[in-house]
Amino acid sequence: MIGTEQPAAVIETSQLGKVYSPGSAAEVVALRDVDLRVGRGEFVAIMGPSGSGKSTLMNLIGCLDTPSSGRYLCDGVDVATLDAEQRADLRLRKIGFVFQGFNLLPRMSALENVAMPLGYANTPRLERLQRARDALESVNLGERANHRPSELSGGQQQRVAIARALINHPAILLADEPTGALDSKTGMEILALFDRLRDAGLTVVLITHAADVATHADRTFEMRDGELHPQAAHA
Amino acid sequence: MNVMEVLRTAAFALRGNWMRSALTSLGVIIGIAAVIVMVSVGQGTQAEIDKLVSGLGSNRLDISSGSGVGGGGVRLAAGSRYTLSVDDADAIRKEIPEVQYVASSLRGGIQVVSGENNWSTQWQGVQTDWFDINDWIIASGQPFESRDYSGASKSVILGDTVRQQLFGDQDAVGQTVRLGRVPFTVIATLKPKGQGGFGQDQDDLVVVPLETARRRLSGSTALPPGAVQQISLGVGRAEDLSYAQGEVEALLRQRHRIQPGDDDDFNVRNISEIVATRTQTTRLMSLLLGAVAGISLIVGGIGIMNIMLVSVTERIREIGLRMAVGAGPGDIRRQFLAEAMLISLIGGVIGILLGIVGALLVGKFGSLPVALNGKVVALAAGFSVATGLFFGYYPARKASLLDPIEALRQQ
Repeated sequence: MIGTEQPAAVIETSQLGKVYSPGSAAEVVALRDVDLRVGRGEFVAIMGPSGSGKSTLMNLIGCLDTPSSGRYLCDGVDVATLDAEQRADLRLRKIGFVFQGFNLLPRMSALENVAMPLGYANTPRLERLQRARDALESVNLGERANHRPSELSGGQQQRVAIARALINHPAILLADEPTGALDSKTGMEILALFDRLRDAGLTVVLITHAADVATHADRTFEMRDGELHPQAAHA
Repeated sequence: MNVMEVLRTAAFALRGNWMRSALTSLGVIIGIAAVIVMVSVGQGTQAEIDKLVSGLGSNRLDISSGSGVGGGGVRLAAGSRYTLSVDDADAIRKEIPEVQYVASSLRGGIQVVSGENNWSTQWQGVQTDWFDINDWIIASGQPFESRDYSGASKSVILGDTVRQQLFGDQDAVGQTVRLGRVPFTVIATLKPKGQGGFGQDQDDLVVVPLETARRRLSGSTALPPGAVQQISLGVGRAEDLSYAQGEVEALLRQRHRIQPGDDDDFNVRNISEIVATRTQTTRLMSLLLGAVAGISLIVGGIGIMNIMLVSVTERIREIGLRMAVGAGPGDIRRQFLAEAMLISLIGGVIGILLGIVGALLVGKFGSLPVALNGKVVALAAGFSVATGLFFGYYPARKASLLDPIEALRQQ
């Protein structure tokens, strides 16, 4: 499904490399010469065994880290030139994270968890809670808004986390093994939710080591020893 | 995040661990309460001394006759030579307008007898202004009239201690007492003043008109006509005191024909100078008390720092998550600073309340004077916030410098 129309690139990397502890005996080349172009509204899966560099690539795409070499344009912004404060701002506006372990704050209600990122965007409290309520509705958890994470099932918790990732209308939804902590049925529901989001025009990057999960993506890549290899398009 | 939001988040975090937050703020509570009690006691003592100073007369001067030189150049005690006279007092009254009150006086010791009771005390022979200068108030009876002064009447006014010793609970006014061998009529008693600034009993005295004292009480002492031992004077405004002192000294030197370069034959004593020494002692004490309170505040601050460091370590995953969803280092730093400040501020408020209660209790049941004022309370509140900010900064900075990737990886 590599289109001919070339949609506007949300993620564009060229010769992207990451080296940990450069120059020392413990030097590790985690990523070398990664060229990746993801257009708006694409659903991309990145597979690979642990230690292959998937997490490093995810951290770079998610603007949590800066590359050692090469270039990364996140929705047109060159990440290499940004300091920690500016990268935080970029994450706030462009990136929504979904983690394997949900990472909800246990003492807050679902609603407050979802609203949390908006606090850093200086959104007024009432608007924040309204938008969080809307986001929870969109993942079919409207009636669970006042429950704490411990009162929700794993699938519900992950949907809360997805609502939180979507609250700022990000350019990229970055999901790291989102189904890893869920049973297969619940996992399928979460993936169906991703499909829906992609259909609604969101760019989704899914990192996984499970091949059946990757089948939901438009394109699949495999990381091996820090290099990114495209895989044949699915049937 | 705006300030309200930061505070709301901080309050939420503190509530989640309220027992620990309460224990942490205990250090600040004790520190601030100590500051308030200590400073209140210090200021109370200071106010007491100030009152004492004005009681002694911060606007008064005492001039006593100079020391004589006896045989073989031995300097005799001040007042041993009668160099001052009633005329000197009159001249001061006339020529120095800043001086409001002038009174010459003589004094000595005597046995006072009434019926079977007797008491050894001091007599003071005074002029009319003496009562104003020394803030003596008549408790009962009438003050001396001008004919008492001019006619050397045998009238006496008793100090409270003497009244108590001779008459107990009975009314003393109208009674007759003997001063030495001379019978006097008691025409008034004085309101008690209590202990003086130097521990003496101020009420242990009897007062007679100056001329009475000269004729009836100074006994065999050879007094030159008009001679007095002391001239006390009061200026209308305290700030004129040192100017008046200079004028008085110049006038007396001129009247006594003292050549330039020669020593005065009189001593001018400015009471506020003497009391200044005591004020300094108290100030040192307040400083020491303040230091103790300050140290307890530092200990409280270290407690906050310690708990905040633990908190940063415990919540490292939360910090990582907040950073991932868009919190910048500044946001994280502000959040932890706000928590430290809030612990400290809450501790400060409780400490202020406890301190006020403590100061009031000390004032009521302790023997120390206490002065509470708003400035101290505001200062304490400021100190508590400053403690939180100062000791919270390092943990907050540490949190803000965390790498979100590392932080999210922690379990």
